[in-house]
Amino acid sequence: MAEFKEISPDAPMAQKALNWVDNRFPLSKLYNEHLGEYYAPKNFNFWYFFGSLALLVLVIQIVTGIFLVMHYKPDAALAFASVEYIMRDVPWGWLIRYMHSTGASAFFVVVYLHMYRGLIYGSYRKPRELVWVFGCAIFLVLMAEAFMGYLLPWGQMSYWGAQVIVNLFSAIPFIGPDLALLIRGDFVVGDATLNRFFAFHVIAVPLVLLGLVVAHIIALHEVGSNNPDGVEIKGPNAPKDANGKPLDGIPFHPYYSVHDILGVTGFLLVFSAIVFFAPELGGYFLEFNNFIPADPLVTPLHIAPVWYFTPFYSMLRAITTEMMFALVAIVLGAAVLAAAKLQLTKALKVAVLGGAVVLVALMLAIDAKFWGVVAMGGAVIILFFLPWLDYSPVRSIRYRPNWNKWLYGIFVINFLILGYLGVLPPSPIGERVSQVGTLFYFGFFLLMPWWSRIGEFKPVPDRVTFKPH
Amino acid sequence: MLICHRKISMGEATANAPANNSRRTWLITSAAMGGAGAAAVAVPFVSSFQPSERAKAAGAAVEFDVSLLQPGEKVVVEWRGKPVWVMRRTPEQLAALEKLDPQLADPTSVRTAYPTPAYAQNRHRSIKPEILVAVGICTHLGCSPGDKLTPGPQPSLPDDWQGGFLCACHGSTFDVAGRVFKNKPAPDNLEVPPHYYVSETKLLIGEEKSA
Repeated sequence: MAEFKEISPDAPMAQKALNWVDNRFPLSKLYNEHLGEYYAPKNFNFWYFFGSLALLVLVIQIVTGIFLVMHYKPDAALAFASVEYIMRDVPWGWLIRYMHSTGASAFFVVVYLHMYRGLIYGSYRKPRELVWVFGCAIFLVLMAEAFMGYLLPWGQMSYWGAQVIVNLFSAIPFIGPDLALLIRGDFVVGDATLNRFFAFHVIAVPLVLLGLVVAHIIALHEVGSNNPDGVEIKGPNAPKDANGKPLDGIPFHPYYSVHDILGVTGFLLVFSAIVFFAPELGGYFLEFNNFIPADPLVTPLHIAPVWYFTPFYSMLRAITTEMMFALVAIVLGAAVLAAAKLQLTKALKVAVLGGAVVLVALMLAIDAKFWGVVAMGGAVIILFFLPWLDYSPVRSIRYRPNWNKWLYGIFVINFLILGYLGVLPPSPIGERVSQVGTLFYFGFFLLMPWWSRIGEFKPVPDRVTFKPH
Repeated sequence: MLICHRKISMGEATANAPANNSRRTWLITSAAMGGAGAAAVAVPFVSSFQPSERAKAAGAAVEFDVSLLQPGEKVVVEWRGKPVWVMRRTPEQLAALEKLDPQLADPTSVRTAYPTPAYAQNRHRSIKPEILVAVGICTHLGCSPGDKLTPGPQPSLPDDWQGGFLCACHGSTFDVAGRVFKNKPAPDNLEVPPHYYVSETKLLIGEEKSA
């Protein structure tokens, strides 16, 4: 327990009250650690808006969600009508619902940009690995949250989307079909599924999400924020004033709290425009088929997940029997190359080759369907390992070889193309393109230990680059 | 304050004392028992995820009169909440099946993921050659494929298309016997549900004929 602090009896009321609380709860301590004396680098650019915006969207989702639950019925016979009731009869219900549905897409926009910021400035590098890992966990949990939420309106897309994703689990050898049954609680997606997804969407997953967000921020404030230069402002060699405060850091409040209001304003401008003028956003935020009640007997002619899942969905579709042969060749080639080129002990070389042979045997023995699911899951899971894949001597893209900018650019374009193909109905050309895209996506990460060391790196300055306005 | 003080002094005493092995044993034992208890409590919670008795009871067999079907006509019957297709195939459609074997992933229905009943393990995958009974759910990820019964080139289909079904979700194609084409996402032929003919025209879906 901290020392009990006495305060002068003449002190103002407010100060006395704060002192009373501080002796019982670390209010001032928490405020200082996370806001008033949390020093963030002074050279943040617009990329640094998206963290606080993600927090804002989280609040929007929780508040609008609470109000939607007051009118929504998690019952297969009533759900679709209750959503229409919210839209037509509940005063301002349409606004609350459109805020929630637009908020879901906005969440992913903001989170994707936030993650990309981390990627280009090396914000996942030592000592920020756990900040990144918690962030990836948030992304994964957010996907689960969005997926389960999408079932609730009980439209055709809700229904068949859930049917497809739950069936992903049935592709797992041996336990798959029973696992899918356990998730659905019925032989097909039905009332039982809707009820449990509702419970997960409104209670279980948000609790996990909030816990992870807290862990993400605690970890960040422990190690301090990175910045566009990737230079430590709090390290032992960083310049500090007489009190030990970093010269290149400014307190989060008031500097970045006010700064972030600009980001919030810009965000709300776009967000409101969508909520009021284009809440369906041409079928991307709310799919047209979802305005038809769920029908277990008829699949809509074209079903696609909501846009934020489509890059991963494309990778799922890319894994066909034909693609498996290409992957087998790659696994064998990689193993031989590793055994020949890397400086490994003999036992390790044998282990690599043996492992590859076992993997190839499994790849040939188990259906492509399962490996499609593995690719889709792996595309998310691989993000967790980013801190241990990057061997670049510098953090930020600013001081990496110029060609890295092209590489990251292609990575983004590739991701967008995969996303676009995931919206389209399957086609032979789309399949080929998505196969190439899938290989590039995984190649980007898996070959990172190799390519991140290559090229001419620029000298990293001792202090952040900053021009006062 | 007094309690707090005692706790601290006890803590210090234990921290400085040499490890007490019998205490350690009891600590491990109680932790293990507690863990086992927690795991046991998890069982009913996880079990509650299983289909309820009501959901299981809803899987009763359904009856259908196949004499209602015109040649080439397909109807959807609901069984266990799944769409079951019953289709009377035309002689041309049946004849087309013979040419397709080399293009199919499992032309003789030997795979066991969705085991084809012995009475449907033939080229037309049915008891009566012209009547197809199959669960209209793609074996890939559970979409219901659409009818593409007109032969000939058309979008998303090969030019030598003989008529069949296309799953719009991931592009798997099936012939009119529900057999899946090679190199498609779906690994298996469409499931043939247990069924038998009670009379010449009355079909019972959901039960096998008891011997």
